[in-house]
Parts: sequence; C-alpha cells; structure tokens
Amino acid sequence: MTDAHDVIILGSGPAGLTAAVYAARANLKPLVVEGVVEGGPTGGQLTLTTDVENFPGFPEGIMGPELILNMRQQAERFGTTFLTEDVTATALDARPFRLSTASGQDLHARALIVATGAKPRRLDVPGEDALWGSGVSACATCDGFFFRDKHVVVVGGGDSAMEEATFLTKFASRVTIVHRREEFRASAIMVERAQRNDRIAFELNAAVVEVLGADGTVTGLLLEDTVTGERRELACDGMFLAIGHIPNTSLFDGALDTDGEGYLVVDEPSTRTNIEGVFACGDVMDHTYRQAITAAGTGCRAAIDAERWLADQDD
Amino acid sequence: MPATPVTDAQWPTEVLESDLPVLIDFWAEWCGPCRMVSPIVDQLADEHGAKLRVLKLNVDENPATARDYGIMSIPTLLVMKGGQEAKRIVGAKGKAQLEADLDAFLA
Repeated sequence: MTDAHDVIILGSGPAGLTAAVYAARANLKPLVVEGVVEGGPTGGQLTLTTDVENFPGFPEGIMGPELILNMRQQAERFGTTFLTEDVTATALDARPFRLSTASGQDLHARALIVATGAKPRRLDVPGEDALWGSGVSACATCDGFFFRDKHVVVVGGGDSAMEEATFLTKFASRVTIVHRREEFRASAIMVERAQRNDRIAFELNAAVVEVLGADGTVTGLLLEDTVTGERRELACDGMFLAIGHIPNTSLFDGALDTDGEGYLVVDEPSTRTNIEGVFACGDVMDHTYRQAITAAGTGCRAAIDAERWLADQDD
Repeated sequence: MPATPVTDAQWPTEVLESDLPVLIDFWAEWCGPCRMVSPIVDQLADEHGAKLRVLKLNVDENPATARDYGIMSIPTLLVMKGGQEAKRIVGAKGKAQLEADLDAFLA
C-alpha cells in the first residue's frame, strides 16, 4: 500500500485552499486534489468572476482568479502539495480512505476534507448539450465577449441572473431575461437595476423547452408559457444559464449524508460528516450563504476539526 | 519552450501552411479557466513539440480568427492539420484528459 496522507483535501476554491493553509501550518502536509473539470474549473467558481469587492482585506477589490492564486501560494508556502486532477472514485467504508484519480493514481488518506463546491445547474432540455460552448454557456464573464452586438438570453430569476444580464449588456445589443415565474428571487435592487437598463427585456412565466440551432450555433429557444402552455420561438444568438448550482457530491455515491437539496450534512457547529474522519466545508455543505468568505471560514473549521481528530487517533 | 503567440496576420503562414499539425489555445486575460489551461498547454509544447506545433491566440487582440472559426467560449483548443480543423476541445480540462483527447496527434 502507498503511504497514507494525513489529510487529503478535495477541491481548490476558497474552502479547500483555506483548509490547506491551516492544515499545512499544523504540519499535516496536506495534499490538495485540485479538480479540473468534473466539479467545475480548478480554483472553483471564483475563477469565473472578475472583481471581488466583498472579500475583507482588499479595499480596492481583487480579481477572483488572483485571489485564488494568492490563497494557493499561501498554502504552498507552508508545505501543501497539489495534484491537478479529478478524483473519480472514493471508498470511505474503511480507513485509511481510498481515492482514485482520472489518471489511475491510488491515494490513501487518514482524514479527508471535502471542499468540492457546486457547479451550475443545467436545464436538461434538447439542444443544450450539443450547443454547449457554441452559444450555450454558464459563464458570462468568460463568454460574453463573443456576443458583441448580438441578442442573448439569460435564464433565471435570482441575483446572479440579474447580474449576468447587466454584465452582458456591455457586449450584447439586447439581453432577454427568461424566467419561469412572474416574481423574482433576486433582491429588489438587482431587479430594479436590470429593469432600468433599456437593453434588457423580460420574458416572464416562460420556460425553455428546447435550444434551437443551425450549423453548430444557437439560433433561438423554444419557450413554453408556464400558465397557458402555449409554445413559441424566441430568436437569439446565445443562452446563459443562471438557474442555481448543484453541490458536487456524486463522487461519494451516497456514502455521505445529504439534505433534501443534495448538500452534505455536517454536525454543526463542527464540519464532521456522518463518516468519522471525513469533514466538509464550502459550497458543498452550505446552501445558505455561499460566499467566498464563508467558504474560507468553513475551510478553516474543517482543517482544525481534522487536526484535532487526527491527534485523538492512536495509530 | 512555452506555446508561441500567434496573431490574425500570422495565421495563414503559421497555421494554414504548417507541415506539422498545429494546436492553438484561444485565450484571454480576463478568462479564469484559460489561466488554468495555459500552463498545461505550455507543458504540451514542451513535451510534444516534435509532433505538434503549439501556439496561443489572444482573442482580445485577434478577434478576426476567433470569429472566422466560430469560437464562442474560451478556453477552446483547436487542432489544425493541412489547413483544416481536425479537432476542437471546448472548456478547461486536465493534462491527462487533454493528452487522451489529442492522442491521435501525439502518437
């Protein structure tokens, strides 16, 4: 058997990297399996943002990718090692825990910190997969650039839908927000900002039932009125999804307890999961706050919990 | 040797007329996932440079090529062989997955 790591951390967003800083400073020589594609990009959702203006300590704001890079360097300075791979399977029924990676490596961990985050929810309608990256996107900051002077649709009714729509008006000539209901989950100030923007239009009580395309690009959406059931086409050049996130837990194959929405359950105020020696932090266990700073906070707690638990073990 | 920058103007000579297959990394400064992929592309240039020319194109500075090839999401990696598109990989991937996707051009 290969030597077991004291702590393996799954995930490289603010939760995983903060856990790494604390675990490394406690001399646990953590290994961070950064993840690449399965759960979202390496570095997590912050790498898809631009200015982060609410992370304390940066009075002028900081770019999301730069903040993540800083955290990574800080973790590295205290002896964290990184593996830029996805974990593809876990066995948590016996200790040390066993993990296998996409390239076929076997890893063993005495304690495991799960910081796998969440990824954008998809609509699961015909055409969505085939046109992903060819007009269908979940990242306005990445792909908005390619829709200069075009008409794009943003699907969703929360703050992120309003924010993406407003951001996309920097490029697109017209942005239509398509939302299933008449009321928004978004805060009043965000809705008002979108409503005041004369490049933004609204299609309410409308659900996307198909993404239409020709020659490999999006040409429109088939919408269904959620009240009357009537269907009609809306011509557009792109569709951006802002319909929430799904916690990345499929790796654990049901071994870790989840709540009704799929988030990992921890024994608050600790970060202990139902399996002794497995701790969870960040967006994968937080459906309430989901901020970089709260993810970092729970990452710190997970590292301290893991350190104390390891100290109590005899082996 | 990291990936070599290429521009719209250089595209015909550097890419279309290349004897070797060419891998082009379409990227931009503001694209977070691109920053994750670029170092891997540099490694591919290092390790497979004899089989594959590895270039990178900044879409901010070179919008024409990105438009001509219908690039609508970055990072996108394109393999061009004999002046024709032979492979397109959209989105960030790890080194092992990229090498598997590019297997036909690295063998």
